[in-house]
Amino acid sequence: MQSTALFLPRSSLDALIQALRACGYERVLGPVARDGAITLQALDSASDLPVGVRDRQEPGQYRLGHGEGERCFAWANGPQALKPLTFAPRETLWRCERDAEGGLVFRDAGERNVPTAVIGVRACDLAALKIQERHFLKAPYPDPRYAARRESLFLVAVHCSHPASTCFCASTGDGPRAETGFDLALSELDDGFVVTSGTERGAAVVERLELDRASPAQTAEADAEIEAAARQQVRALPSRNLRDALYARLEHPHWDQVGRRCLSCGNCTAVCPTCFCHAEQDEPALDGSRTDHLRQWDSCFTAVHSYMGHFLVREETRLRYRQWLTHKLASWHDQYDRSGCVGCGRCIAWCPVGIDITAEVEALLEPTDA
Amino acid sequence: MHDPDRPVEVEVVDRVEETPTIYTLHLRFTDPAVAGSYRSRPGQFNMLYLYGVGEVPISIVSDPDFDGPVEHTIRSVGRVTRGMERLRVGDRLGLRGPYGRGWPLEAAEDRDVVIVTGGLGCAPVVSMIRYVLERRERFGRLTILQGVKHTDDLIWRRQYEAWQRLPNTQVLLAADVGGPNWPYSVGKVTVLFDRAGIDPERSIVMLCGPEIMMKASIDRLLALNVPPEALWLSIERNMQCGVGHCGHCQVGPHFVCQDGPVFHYPVLRPWLGVTGF
Ligand SMILES: Cc1cc2nc3c(=O)[nH]c(=O)nc-3n(C[C@H](O)[C@H](O)[C@H](O)COP(=O)(O)OP(=O)(O)OC[C@H]3O[C@@H](n4cnc5c(N)ncnc54)[C@H](O)[C@@H]3O)c2cc1C
Ligand code: SF4
Ligand code: SF4
Ligand code: FES
Repeated sequence: MQSTALFLPRSSLDALIQALRACGYERVLGPVARDGAITLQALDSASDLPVGVRDRQEPGQYRLGHGEGERCFAWANGPQALKPLTFAPRETLWRCERDAEGGLVFRDAGERNVPTAVIGVRACDLAALKIQERHFLKAPYPDPRYAARRESLFLVAVHCSHPASTCFCASTGDGPRAETGFDLALSELDDGFVVTSGTERGAAVVERLELDRASPAQTAEADAEIEAAARQQVRALPSRNLRDALYARLEHPHWDQVGRRCLSCGNCTAVCPTCFCHAEQDEPALDGSRTDHLRQWDSCFTAVHSYMGHFLVREETRLRYRQWLTHKLASWHDQYDRSGCVGCGRCIAWCPVGIDITAEVEALLEPTDA
Repeated sequence: MHDPDRPVEVEVVDRVEETPTIYTLHLRFTDPAVAGSYRSRPGQFNMLYLYGVGEVPISIVSDPDFDGPVEHTIRSVGRVTRGMERLRVGDRLGLRGPYGRGWPLEAAEDRDVVIVTGGLGCAPVVSMIRYVLERRERFGRLTILQGVKHTDDLIWRRQYEAWQRLPNTQVLLAADVGGPNWPYSVGKVTVLFDRAGIDPERSIVMLCGPEIMMKASIDRLLALNVPPEALWLSIERNMQCGVGHCGHCQVGPHFVCQDGPVFHYPVLRPWLGVTGF
């Protein structure tokens, strides 16, 4: 759906938030600068948005600061992706009750999803959402919890104009423009936003705002900013498909080298918007009458991830890093017909030792003397 | 939408103590509608759930065409399996499944079926052996090659001895360390191949056990001119979900719970024996 570009004056941002509420989205989330990072939080009004906030991201580093002007979206993604809203970090899968005769009754955990609108979703996270939908929904066993959460989400994308040094979505083909997967998409200009809708329900929300068309000058400026954002990116992956190149280098000496730097902490998998690994566990009530069966995010960097009773498939860190990287950039192609990396750069910024996926790939692809 | 993560209730209707640490549970679905629609293939597995403790993947050993209880042979090794050991007739547990791909039943018809197993009598191949024996006329010669570490590890000993007496059936056993009550071979399972008289053109081979044993056996079989396309193997990985969601069971591009646990050897070849996958 390609809609007419409209113009939302900056002063009408609150009207957008109200229109979303009026359309049934009880909860409106947006970027808020808190505790030194921009994360998605409930918005009371547009004044909660990070006005004038800028970010600086480098391998192993993320800092917020202040810049000029009124812009609220002049930063690149913080640690929190859209992912926790669809794939919960920890959730009850089902509950089991045991009666006096020892009979077991399995029940749905009965969690209710609040219809939620999210303002400020970036292109890379929309691409990651599509990947996770493929994993959890377009699969032999679709996950009803994921489906319910996804259905309750209304997504307002904001095209990126201020990439961080860690961003490389242009090279993966996933940004900085949000192409699909949103209900509404905004381009931020100094005095307001160019708005397009991507779905009928998106169009229904903007209709309430009675906006004027965006002028050709406004849409041209918005486009130019997105194009500039693509050009500004300093990192890149050398190809959108590294499958064969990586499969051919499973015994490359660089795995040892990166394995010595990696702390096996799992930060990269926690911030990655496409990582889907999780573990399951039971949480019985103290009186023994009931137990909750939970799933929670897990990481291929933990020892138990590959625990087999008498041995670990991946004892050494080098093997865990190789598992992560080759899954993301190689076997993902076999499983989901694309790479598992959308170029958000989070794993680079949030790695405590600054391990950089683009640099590791470069090192792996370099010809060796061996 | 059907919830793939939620088990159904089953009741223990029989329990057989195979060895001090191995037991077989016969499980009946308490909901007749579920029982009616349940259908498995040899080589597939169920996720068994012990109340308040957790779930584990366990192979199905009962015959797919048998309407009775679902049978599982379980070795006590840890939290869940030790807890299940204490279950008695009448006790309840949870079950989801069947999951995964089983043995290539159609491809095996009219062929000599060679079963290679190691370790503690591997449950996934037991279902296949029984399947063949129930439908003897549809298959050629049945050869069972089993290697164990210690002579008292052999849980199916009585069963093996019975199978050995059946026509057109050959059972060869080897233990790493022999002993006074061990009339069979001593050494690795690979010592049995030369004696087995495998016809490389007529045979389909199904392997199950420690991966090093399977890798060594495959090398030996290929040297005997068995084509790679005739080899199938069942493998294990950590499993949390059984339905392709949790990511734990991956081997390279394969999800063992979905694409396996039984794999065609040519598919798994690039990953077999590569440490870390
Ligand atoms: C496809 C498949 C079929 C299997 N069939 C059988 C069978 O028929 N009989 C049998 O006795 N065992 C079988 N196993 C192995 C069995 O699943 C493990 O022994 C069991 O999970 C150990 O659980 P535990 O809680 O008792 O042990 P712990 O050591 O306490 O393990 C903790 C958790 O780690 C995971 N885990 C540990 N070992 C394994 C393993 N080998 N495979 C997968 N997950 C593991 C499980 O989630 C387990 O709950 C099978 C495994 C797979 C993958
Ligand atoms: S691998 Fe790194 S850059 Fe790629 S999507 Fe995951 S967190 Fe983002
Ligand atoms: S790559 Fe970095 S973030 Fe990921 S596990 Fe290693 S040290 Fe942690
Ligand atoms: S067991 Fe969870 S993906 Fe295979």
